Amino acid sequence: MDALLSITGVTVRFGGVDALTEVGFEVPEGALLGLIGPNGAGKTTMLRAVTGMVRPQAGSIVLDGAEISRLPTHRRVGLGLGLSQQIVRPFAGMTAVENVALAAGYAKTADPLRALAAASRQAERERALALLDLVGIADAAESLPAELPLGYLKRVEVARALALDPKVLLLDEPLAGLNTNEASRLADTVVDLNRQGTTVVLIEHNLSEVMRVCRHLVVLDNGRKIGDGDPAEVMADPAVRDAYLGAGSEGSGEARDAAA
Amino acid sequence: MYEISLLTVMCFSVIFALSLNLITGFCGQISLGHAAFYGIGAYTAALFTTDGGSFWLALPLAMAVAGFFGFIVGFASLRVRHDFLAITTMGVGFLFTGFVRQQEFLGGEEGIAGIPDPGIGQIPYMLLCAVLAAAVIAFSLYVKRSWMGHAFDAIATDEDTARTLGIDVARYKLTAFVFGTALAGLAGALFAHYVKFVEVESFDFIESISVLAMVIVGGIGSVWGVVVAAAFLSVMPLLLQVFADFKLLFYGVLLFAVMYFAPGGIDSLMRMLWRRISGRRTAG
Repeated sequence: MDALLSITGVTVRFGGVDALTEVGFEVPEGALLGLIGPNGAGKTTMLRAVTGMVRPQAGSIVLDGAEISRLPTHRRVGLGLGLSQQIVRPFAGMTAVENVALAAGYAKTADPLRALAAASRQAERERALALLDLVGIADAAESLPAELPLGYLKRVEVARALALDPKVLLLDEPLAGLNTNEASRLADTVVDLNRQGTTVVLIEHNLSEVMRVCRHLVVLDNGRKIGDGDPAEVMADPAVRDAYLGAGSEGSGEARDAAA
Repeated sequence: MYEISLLTVMCFSVIFALSLNLITGFCGQISLGHAAFYGIGAYTAALFTTDGGSFWLALPLAMAVAGFFGFIVGFASLRVRHDFLAITTMGVGFLFTGFVRQQEFLGGEEGIAGIPDPGIGQIPYMLLCAVLAAAVIAFSLYVKRSWMGHAFDAIATDEDTARTLGIDVARYKLTAFVFGTALAGLAGALFAHYVKFVEVESFDFIESISVLAMVIVGGIGSVWGVVVAAAFLSVMPLLLQVFADFKLLFYGVLLFAVMYFAPGGIDSLMRMLWRRISGRRTAG
């Protein structure tokens, strides 16, 4: 399989802190790849480097044959990245369905003058409603973000990323804040989307869901890659076990998910 | 006639206030120097018609020149945000007045007098201003409904997240600045041919604050709220001498009151009132 997203030697430093050191991995087309690691391992920084919200000091990021590491975020999204952020950022003045419809109108909003020429939102609203239904929160379509619990907002965030019809869907802890049922249901939705052809990179602390759904794992620790491959083999690696048990974050992550 | 005068002032003030509403209300980019573009439009039109140019050509020319400078200033909004943008645009306003004062060809401190009358009579001029104001109101309402308005909304709320939805934030901001400053230029040209005399004091910091007050009092981003506020606040100094004498004091108190009691301005007050009335009706 060809790599749809190919990351090579990405290094990110914040001041004197090395957040990522020469990290590289490949995301084959059709993959459902789990990007895991203890807190502070650099997972979110990796996604932010891929989307262009963080500029790496070195490295190359190739999406579907195009080098994107110098492009601004909106161009990368235009080329096929969809991001669901860990910390939800809904537009406060828009209802859930309007939030998703805005993303679904990406072809219209890409250019200001084309955006000015179009007023009808009917098709995008319908698509948004279908996506909210897909992630299981159709009942919240007309609610404002301030009226919704975190578990709903996480799914608005995921629906908004899906509305971009991404080639690669980047999900940063989509399950955090969801109860066990909601989490496994959303994880199943992600698996379905993946089966239908969307390539997915999933950052998740909920290891049981990661082990259940991912067919490939990349493990980061302290900004370095310490594992890459089949989930069972990777988790059997002593270095990976050390990083997890040493940092003790597997337990806290699971405990938090269970509490939520 | 006095009433015709008041209506004319109202109409170009509505255009001026809606022009800032496009930038600050719709797109969320604060400007404390918007009077500069009003001035650029007024001076462009004044120079053109005193030199024998047609009034009808002066209007689009004023829009083009103001929009051109708006495009350049718009680049500032790509580099700085929020309070830093406020300071930068304030600097643009001071730069404009400082520049004009030094220029012989702009009349320096004395300004430009003897701007020719458009020659259509007082009532038709008022009607022209009214038609243009109506067109700008319609344009504002349309922009708000369009996908451009939807994207502006997102940028005003959270531009970083807007980027992750594929929105080219820079181009939208520049578009808002070009549209907004070009319309300010139109208002300036209409003002210049109404008073027939332009001087730099008409476009100073106080004027920038006045138009910002119209937008804030009306309700940031609300088209009808801003129309009402602009119509009302623009003629107050003409109706009440005491308001004219203490204009800044009044604006200060008004801005404070709106921010403290009704941050949504007239728009939210009207909505609140409407809910009460319709609530009582269903209850009764």
